[in-house]
Amino acid sequence: MSKEPVAVTGIGQTAHVAARRDVSLAGLVREAARRALDDAELTWADIDAVVIGKAPDFFEGVMMPELYLADALGAVGKPMLRVHTAGSVGGSTALVAANLVAARVHRTVLTLAFEKQSESNAMWGLSLPIPFQQPLLAGAGGFFAPHVRAYMRRTGAPDTIGSLVAYKDRRNALKNPYAHLHEEDLTLEKVQASPMLWDPIRYSETCPSSDGACAMILTDRAGAARAPHPAAWVHGGAMRSEPTLFAGKDFVSPQAGKDCAADVYRQAGITDPRRQIDAVEMYVPFSWYEPMWLENLGFAAEGEGWKLTEAGVTALDGDLPVNPSGGVLSTNPIGASGMLRFAEAALQVRGRAGAHQVDGARRALGHAYGGGSQFFAMWLVGTDAPAT
Amino acid sequence: MREVAIVAFGQSAHVRDSAETSEVEMLMPVLHDVLDRTGLAARDIGFTCSGSCDYLAGRAFSFTMALDGVGAWPPISESHVEMDGAWALYEAWVKLLTGEADTALVYAYGKSSPGDLREVLTRQLDPYYVAPLWPDSVALAALQARALIDAKLTDERELAGIAARSRRDAQSNPHAQLRGALPAGVPLVAPLRTGDCPPIGDGAAAVVLAAGDTARRLTARPAWIRGLDHRIEAHSLGVRDLTDSPSTRLAAERAGAFERPVDTAELHAPFTSQEVVLRRALGLDAADGAVRINPSGGALAANPVMAAGLIRLGEAAARIHRGDSDRALAHATSGPCLQQNLVAVLEGE
Repeated sequence: MSKEPVAVTGIGQTAHVAARRDVSLAGLVREAARRALDDAELTWADIDAVVIGKAPDFFEGVMMPELYLADALGAVGKPMLRVHTAGSVGGSTALVAANLVAARVHRTVLTLAFEKQSESNAMWGLSLPIPFQQPLLAGAGGFFAPHVRAYMRRTGAPDTIGSLVAYKDRRNALKNPYAHLHEEDLTLEKVQASPMLWDPIRYSETCPSSDGACAMILTDRAGAARAPHPAAWVHGGAMRSEPTLFAGKDFVSPQAGKDCAADVYRQAGITDPRRQIDAVEMYVPFSWYEPMWLENLGFAAEGEGWKLTEAGVTALDGDLPVNPSGGVLSTNPIGASGMLRFAEAALQVRGRAGAHQVDGARRALGHAYGGGSQFFAMWLVGTDAPAT
Repeated sequence: MREVAIVAFGQSAHVRDSAETSEVEMLMPVLHDVLDRTGLAARDIGFTCSGSCDYLAGRAFSFTMALDGVGAWPPISESHVEMDGAWALYEAWVKLLTGEADTALVYAYGKSSPGDLREVLTRQLDPYYVAPLWPDSVALAALQARALIDAKLTDERELAGIAARSRRDAQSNPHAQLRGALPAGVPLVAPLRTGDCPPIGDGAAAVVLAAGDTARRLTARPAWIRGLDHRIEAHSLGVRDLTDSPSTRLAAERAGAFERPVDTAELHAPFTSQEVVLRRALGLDAADGAVRINPSGGALAANPVMAAGLIRLGEAAARIHRGDSDRALAHATSGPCLQQNLVAVLEGE
């Protein structure tokens, strides 16, 4: 039984800023959805179902907000699903939506992810109260910093690698009008002199807290044929999960991430990701995660990821551009961050990424992760329709 | 469309307060139960999907610890919905339809005991115009009941009858929280009495799905999912006709429920008045009383929030497994006053 090929024909995102005080939650999601519909030249009536994702509901203080957002997203009378897989949720949400088309349950699906972090304090929202977690584990940085340190120790990477990633991503963000941080006067020296937050992670190597939403229109072959602009085709997609904590867990390079990438590459016929993939949008909330994920995703051998970063391979004009959009380090509405990675990968292969377009990108990887480096979602999109 | 069936169902005992057990401890025996019924190990499962809600647990990412109960090592293909487990089943069903997996484990759990459920559920409402007023779930259901009575679609005597029938049926359900003859009780929010309202409690449930011949291999009489659909309505109560459930009717239509009569219906109606709405939307009153409604006792006997919808699908499937039903309808709901509804049609071979 063959699956229906899935195409991305519409992409929309909001301007991402620290606080979108000008819009309600409904206004925020509708802005992204409206832009995705416009990109696909579709109306609300063309949408068969809505799949929405976001990270913990405590960030906005609304329990299961999709119930309230049904009207704003034109979902009344339609199926509406709400996904929540921690930080990977934006990616997982897109994959759940894609499966509705692949299984031929629906023909055209709106998928959307958002976070309006200004409604609360995300860092403390992520710091679980006793008895769920030990005290002093403040925010995601507190959780991930020891694993970055482990990576540095394991690979002997120079201390400066993280700052190179942060500087590159923030420079890329200057070419992305939707990015939250536009730090025109940032220099590498300023990154390296920024305050230490969670050793070895400095302030400028940390993602911001953003309000924002991202939406995509996913459709079948017939829908793609009617689309006004080139589609991005889904060549592979997968999710993998492993427990938060267990004896033998490798936090530096989790098995679930490796398995997820291997599954996607198998579906997409990728045997040499470094050569066959033209652009990568990976989930890098703390700078050091670029070299770590380069290894986990098979772009570099173990212990070698930092060398690609250091050599400029991952720069916008390098031969494996990573996060041309500026990535999570420049824009982080948590629930939407994964979908932004998926959408930016799709923009690249559609040739619609604007000033941060990677020349000639035909295959791009979108990557998201969440929880304690335990939930992974990825898709590989291409300019050409997949061979079926 | 690929044939997919529910091949096993399990649930915990539903209790008022499970303070002594964590979510994982509540869930694990249930997961082992459904896996044992099929002879499958966790590693044999192609896809895992769960439903739960952080607002019940009172902590972010509450589902991540529950995953420990599954034993997700080596890593598994897995997803989670912040919805009732019935929608997790829907996601898993779609996954099986794609052919990417042949089996799926679906589970859901909810502990209402840590907080005040009526207060907690107010956080589900429009955060700008309604939630600040803190109208609780019983008050909203009472509005719906009042609308039904005013429209002469039911009366307090019928509602009391639904309550009595549900708890009587629950006598043969060892998992139920409320069983046997109960007084109609005192008015809680008029016109609803305590007897019209569900018990507040904690519980978990799980099902195993399988496709085609795998399903036939795993159980003697699979409960085939002939149709499955869900629809949502507007959120604002002011723009809805609370005496009707067009989303339930549409989902049932899309699921093929009206093509042939069903012999059983498991309706997720936490309030007696909501059963009236659902029976009308699904045309279950038109028959000659031939449809057995909520033989498990329904949500009026046990209502672990986030699992209660999945339990309706599981109970309907279990009746097919046992040979007590040939064609059953199962329904799940979410949101205030039946805002979102899912309908499944299950059949024996």
